[in-house]
Amino acid sequence: MNTSTPVWQRRTSTQQLLRWFAWLVFVAIFVACFMYISNRTEWFFVFDGPRIAADIYNRATPPRWSYIEKLWEPLWDTLNVATIGTALSLIFAVPIAFLAARNTTPSVTFIRPIALLIIVASRSINSLIWALLLVAIIGPGILAGTIAIALRSIGFCAKLLYEAIEEIDHDQVEAITATGARRSQIMSYGIVPQILPAFAGITVFRWDINIRESTVLGLVGAGGIGLQLQGSLNTLAWPQVALILIVIFIAVLISEWVSAIVRKAII
Amino acid sequence: MLTITGLSKRYKTGDEALTDVSLSVPDGQVLGLIGPSGAGKSTLIRCVNRLVEPTNGSIDLNGVELQRMGSSKLRKARRRIGMIFQEYALVERLSVMENVLSGRLGYVGFWASWFRKYPQKDIQEAFRLLDRVGLAHMVNKRADELSGGQRQRVGIARALIQDPELLLVDEPTASLDPKTSRQIMRLICELCEERKLSAIINIHDVALAKLFVQRIVGLQAGQIVFDGEPESLDASVLTQIYGEEDWEATSQNDKANDAHVVDDSDKSEQDGA
Repeated sequence: MNTSTPVWQRRTSTQQLLRWFAWLVFVAIFVACFMYISNRTEWFFVFDGPRIAADIYNRATPPRWSYIEKLWEPLWDTLNVATIGTALSLIFAVPIAFLAARNTTPSVTFIRPIALLIIVASRSINSLIWALLLVAIIGPGILAGTIAIALRSIGFCAKLLYEAIEEIDHDQVEAITATGARRSQIMSYGIVPQILPAFAGITVFRWDINIRESTVLGLVGAGGIGLQLQGSLNTLAWPQVALILIVIFIAVLISEWVSAIVRKAII
Repeated sequence: MLTITGLSKRYKTGDEALTDVSLSVPDGQVLGLIGPSGAGKSTLIRCVNRLVEPTNGSIDLNGVELQRMGSSKLRKARRRIGMIFQEYALVERLSVMENVLSGRLGYVGFWASWFRKYPQKDIQEAFRLLDRVGLAHMVNKRADELSGGQRQRVGIARALIQDPELLLVDEPTASLDPKTSRQIMRLICELCEERKLSAIINIHDVALAKLFVQRIVGLQAGQIVFDGEPESLDASVLTQIYGEEDWEATSQNDKANDAHVVDDSDKSEQDGA
């Protein structure tokens, strides 16, 4: 009687076995890694962590509010580094995005790979490392920070923008082409209106990220509020560190708020 | 007069979309191009304005050979060929007026078009055309706020402001409801009549085609299998174009429905006017 009942299983028994084996390997690797890390950790320090943290917290409170007078200028620098850096990156990112997008690049075999290479190169190196290099090359200061932010942002913006260009509706481009428009006009009527919302979104998103990144650039001497942070950390001036962290927190909060408003207004 | 001779198109994938198609469309004739999906209807009209590059054959529009032109001459030739699309293909984020004026892009320079400084003559013509297609009150609406029928009317105005010698129309009604479909087909045919304009209209709806066009060409697997008056399109021809089906039953039903719906749409259009 049972022989006539149709049997359905999600996976065959071989697949089931393979999956079980894959999980086994995964768990084995996890345990091995944990033991490796554990053997190289001074557990005494780790268990002592909460006490030290509480100690630092006690030293850091209350924050030294009067120190704010010395923070206005670096804070303004930080804002400028992020904003000018973002603007600077867009000047390069927009043409690179058009060269990288499959549907707008002049040559898929030659120019597109070069554009993609620039994007990957820019993205693979963190702003902090760009800043380290630039401080060595052009000396410490805001300029190094601005260029570091710009270099890192080119890849990010170009990548997101070229993906947006590749996703446009081809019909609209075809319709504009059929009117006898020039290449430049096909671009400005068929493509630009379609990617404008994405462009605005990417810009404020990156600006928002750059505000956060530029707060730490001072750690390597590239200007901004990070410089004060490093100075305070080195002299163990915990109340000042506390104030700087609060100021950074508020700055990031405001930048997120601004970018949310801009995004809502444009899209 | 459009003359297509020995047109073939083979895509890079190896698909033979058109095989040795020859066709001529006299001035002022509205031609309905029917055939199953994948028969090459879209490819055929796109070969005319070279949105698709033909592999072989020649295309001659009023004594000008289109298939050998360099890009700048082709651009000038495209200005006189209007095109209307199935999904309207309007620039969604631009206004109705900008969409209509984009039909003049071939005649104005880049910066003039970037700053939307079109000649007064073009703007007047755009207003006149929008009035003609019944959208005078929608001038500053964004294209994505319009309904399907309204969008197609903008598409028609955009094609006509080019002052074309030929209209290429790709499935103008496939995304519209039956009533709007008829109104749009009627509008296209009226405008062609007014301007003595010839047109090739790709269309799936055989009944609708029979109602409006003067000549029907049937395409099957990239070859012309029928060319004649709408009246001579009977069951055996439909079988030849589309394959075996009980055509009598459907066409009789269609006829009954047609009579009914035509009355209906005529009435409501008058009501609207």
